[in-house]
Amino acid sequence: MLAAVPSNLRRLPLHELHTRHGAKFMPFAHYEMPVNYRAGVLKEHLHTRAAASLFDVSHMGQILIRSRGHSTMHDVALALESIMPIDVISLKDGRQRYGFLTTMTGGIRDDLMVVNLGRQFLLIVNASCKAEDEAYLSERLSKYGQVQPLADRVLLALQGPRAAEVLAELTADIARLRFMDATEFALQGVACWVTRSGYTGEDGFEISVPTKAAMSLAERLLTSPHVRLAGLGARDSLRLEAGLCLYGADIDLDTTPVQAALEWAIPAARRTGGARAGGFPGAGIILTQLEQGAPDRRVGLSSDQRPVRASTPLFLDEASDMPCGRVTSGGFGPSLHSPVAMGYVPSTQAKPGTRLWAQVRGQRFAVTVARLPFIAHRYQR
Amino acid sequence: MTIHYTADHEWIAVDGDVATVGITDHAQSALGDLVFVQLPAVGRELEKGTEAAVVESVKAASEVLAPLSGTILEVNVGLSADPALVNSDPMGAGWLFKLLISEPVEITTLLSKDTYEAGLR
Repeated sequence: MLAAVPSNLRRLPLHELHTRHGAKFMPFAHYEMPVNYRAGVLKEHLHTRAAASLFDVSHMGQILIRSRGHSTMHDVALALESIMPIDVISLKDGRQRYGFLTTMTGGIRDDLMVVNLGRQFLLIVNASCKAEDEAYLSERLSKYGQVQPLADRVLLALQGPRAAEVLAELTADIARLRFMDATEFALQGVACWVTRSGYTGEDGFEISVPTKAAMSLAERLLTSPHVRLAGLGARDSLRLEAGLCLYGADIDLDTTPVQAALEWAIPAARRTGGARAGGFPGAGIILTQLEQGAPDRRVGLSSDQRPVRASTPLFLDEASDMPCGRVTSGGFGPSLHSPVAMGYVPSTQAKPGTRLWAQVRGQRFAVTVARLPFIAHRYQR
Repeated sequence: MTIHYTADHEWIAVDGDVATVGITDHAQSALGDLVFVQLPAVGRELEKGTEAAVVESVKAASEVLAPLSGTILEVNVGLSADPALVNSDPMGAGWLFKLLISEPVEITTLLSKDTYEAGLR
C-alpha cells in the first residue's frame, strides 16, 4: 500500500521549504517531488481553481539557446523549425509557444515550451526527457546555436484566478502580460523570466528565478493569504481536467501529433502547401495524417462513478475480446466531482458521446467519450 | 471484542465469529482523500489474502485483501455516497465490510496493536 522514497533521487533546491510545509514526497523523473502538503491533493486542487497555488516545478529542464558566431536569432529559429513542426520564425520577442520535438517515424520525442527572450530562446522541457533533449538539441543545433542547460534556476508556477493580483504586489507591470507573453521582470530586485502560462487550465504564471533568490521569492508569495503550496498530485488532476497531455503517459515516441489531437500546434506555414512546409523529422507521416487523419485519436473519457486509471483497456462493447483502445491517464476530477480520463480510441469512435467499455479488475462498465477540456480554460488572452 | 491489525494496514475487530474490517488511520492518511470504494458482494466467500475491496484516492487505487477467510455478511453501503468517511473516521464509520470467519485459527496470524504500530516506526 505504501512505498518508501528511494534514496538515490535528486532533491529540489527548495526541498527544505517543502519539508517545512509538511510535504509528502514521491519519486518522479529522478527527483524527490512533493506530491502533496498537509491539505491533501483534493483541497490543493480546489484551492488552485478558487484562489492561487504555488507549485515548485524545478525538476523541469530549462535550456537556453543563443545564436553562435555570425548566426542570428532567425537562423536559430530556422534550426528549431528543423526539429519541430511549429512556427518559430513568427514567434515574437516576448512571446511563448507550445511545441514538440518529433521523431523520424512521426512520434513525439518531447513536448515543450519555446520562449523568445529577444536575444535568446528559452526551452522548458519535461524532467524525464531533459538529459536526452540537451544532447539532441546540442547535436541538431550546433551549427547555429549554443545550447546551455540551466542548472542554477528554480521554476515556480503560480496558478489560479488570484495569481495576477498576488504577483502584481511584487511588480505592477505584470498586468500587461497576456496569456503566453514572456518578459524579464525584477522580482525582489532579482531578474526573473516570467511567462503568463501554466499547466492547470487557470490563469497563472511560470517564474524562472536564480536559485539563490528562489527561497525568498517563494516565501514572499506564500505570505499572501490567497496563496498555498500545491504538489504534483494536484498538478496532475488539474492538467487532466484541463485536457493537457502528460509526456510519457498521453504522448510518447509512439504517438504522432495527429493521433494525440495536437494538430492545433502545427500552423499552416508548416503544412503541405505552406511557406515552410515539412522539413522536420517524421514530416512525411505527420503531413499525410494531417490531411487523411490517423487510425486512432486521443479523447477525453468520462465515467459515472469509478475512476479509470492509465493502461485500463477499452472495448467496443460489453463482450468483445480484443481491446480497441486504452486509457493513458485517468483519475478523479475534484472540480467536476467525477472521474476523468484521457485515452486513445479508434478515430471512428472519437466523437463525443460515443459509448465504450472499460475493464477494471475484471469488471466491464460503460465510459463515454467526452469533449476536452473537461473544465474550460480561463487564460487571460 | 478485540482489534487486530495486518502489516497491510488493515484493522479487524473480531466479535465472536464475525470480523469487521477497515483500513488504519495511517493507511487513510497515506492514501489521501478517498473518492471511490469498491466493496465485495454480500455472500461472497473469500480466502485469506485475496482481494476483498478496492479503495481509490485522488492519487491511486489500492487493494484491500481479506485478512481472514470467510463469507461476506455485510458491507458499508454508506461509503458509495461518501467514500471520505474512511478518511474522517477510519476505525469507526469508515469500516469496509463484515465477514463470517470460516477459519478461526487464522486469527493467530494477525498483529496486535503494539506490533502493528512498532512496524510503522
